[in-house]
Amino acid sequence: MSNRILEVRGLSRIYGNGCPLCVESTGPENDTNICPHCSSVVAVHGVSFDLFRGEILGIIGESGSGKSSTVKMLYFDDAPTEGEAIFFDGGERHELFQQNAAQQRSLRNKRFGMVYQNPHLGLNFQVSAGGNIAERLLMSDVAHYGEIRRRAQELLLRTEVLPERMDQNPKTFSGGMQQRVQIAKALVTRPPLLFLDEVTTGLDLSVQAAILDLILEIQQELNTAMIVVTHDLGVIRLLAGRTLVMKYGRVIEAGLTDQILEDPQHAYTQRLVASNL
Amino acid sequence: MNIHYELPLEEAGYSFGFLDEYAKKEVRRTILKAICIPGYQTPYASREMPMGRGFGTGGLQLTLALIGPDDTLKVIDQGSDDSVNAVNLRQFVQLTCPGVEVTEKLEEATLIQSRHRIPEVALTEVQVLVLQVPYPDPLVVVESSEARRKTMHAEADYSRLLVKLYEDIVHFDEITISHRYPTRINRHYVIDPSPIPRWDVPKLDQSPALILLGAGREKKIYAVPPYTVAEPLVFDDVPFRVEDFRDEHGQRRACARCGAIDSFLDEYSDDNNAKIYQCSDSAYCDGQLVQNLLQEAKA
Repeated sequence: MSNRILEVRGLSRIYGNGCPLCVESTGPENDTNICPHCSSVVAVHGVSFDLFRGEILGIIGESGSGKSSTVKMLYFDDAPTEGEAIFFDGGERHELFQQNAAQQRSLRNKRFGMVYQNPHLGLNFQVSAGGNIAERLLMSDVAHYGEIRRRAQELLLRTEVLPERMDQNPKTFSGGMQQRVQIAKALVTRPPLLFLDEVTTGLDLSVQAAILDLILEIQQELNTAMIVVTHDLGVIRLLAGRTLVMKYGRVIEAGLTDQILEDPQHAYTQRLVASNL
Repeated sequence: MNIHYELPLEEAGYSFGFLDEYAKKEVRRTILKAICIPGYQTPYASREMPMGRGFGTGGLQLTLALIGPDDTLKVIDQGSDDSVNAVNLRQFVQLTCPGVEVTEKLEEATLIQSRHRIPEVALTEVQVLVLQVPYPDPLVVVESSEARRKTMHAEADYSRLLVKLYEDIVHFDEITISHRYPTRINRHYVIDPSPIPRWDVPKLDQSPALILLGAGREKKIYAVPPYTVAEPLVFDDVPFRVEDFRDEHGQRRACARCGAIDSFLDEYSDDNNAKIYQCSDSAYCDGQLVQNLLQEAKA
């Protein structure tokens, strides 16, 4: 049996009406992702990759390169214009974009996890930290109060959130702690696939290091496959085994992270690496 | 609407009751749909009634669409037959539906319109209970978008409602909802069972009578058909609890009027500002009094 968990082929997303010239008039060689003919934005075009069980795949690129859009489509926050993605879950094969809204929501709630850059997108600030985790468990049909408390406590402890703060509202938490609650919430159902969208952006270095260590530990412990979106080469170096470099909605370079950082082939990647190291 | 419709010349040809035939037809069709999909909030074109919305127009439209000359009607408001709301609604039906009998005795009634209570005595298969509903959607407390609420209902996704119960237990050690307790009907849709107390929620389960709920302002009708499963929303390990009316010594309080210890009690203050408790269901209380008198006479 293949160890593959996700197969993405030709994923594209155009914002606007689009025209037959959109694709050929945009991209890194044209130095834009805005079509000069119809003003549509080609956010993502022709992105293809495979992800394997327990693997961390990094997606790196500048702002507006399409990395977050790619992940949002895979997490059903947005619909692609074109392309397909197949999620292999045990013996089951799910064609992500062929499923109806209810099936997509079920996968999103039970089999996928997402940690957003902005905790306001991932957390419900009307309820306690424990309530946030409970919500995800309740979505997965766990309806035993004691069990929910136990699992929430276990996860918050694991993500270094003090148990006595479990019943407090996360809006009283620091940014780093909110991110850790988001991670706990995303992991409580033990999803085989986790998306991390700029999870360390805006946090100070010591908190960043703690969160990255936590992600690595969890990945090793639970064998969770992850897609990590960032514009920070340090994060990619620490976490990702393989990396995609994106610019103007296209993947311009893909390969082992070490290879990309030590011997970048594309001129943009070379500039990116040179400017960071 | 049929533009060629002409009013009948003879009085006997007019529609029975207050509502016109089109309105009755629409409400009846909505009732049928609501019965077919237990717990589903079926939209309908709620009519303007000669009273303000919020005074039971939803319930009244159901009653007026169902009532016929051979029906006997009982109207209750918070358990009482004598409150202003109940008396006015009853008089309105008497005025507009010639020949309809009204009663305060539950066993005589074929149609019961109620606000905030289900009668203490179990209903029968020949009876229909109409409940007046102010807020039909239990999800409104956790989701403001009606479109999203509809999706949540369709997928039976009540996780956010359960989170509210979770938060209650975390902060207060118990579920604090006293009335309008979310109840799952036929293992799918969760309804707001109107502002009935928790005491009345178990009466919805496997009820022999048809229970119809009408929200006039919100333009929704939903139903708990006879012998349908109705389960309050709870956690597996936190059982549903009704009001127990125990005093500080753990003794079950009795009705100050009839002495009943098995009914839902209302709390009053007497002239000395002391708390007294009395049956909320006035007809039940009267019945108990009569029984007490009969027993005394026998003795």
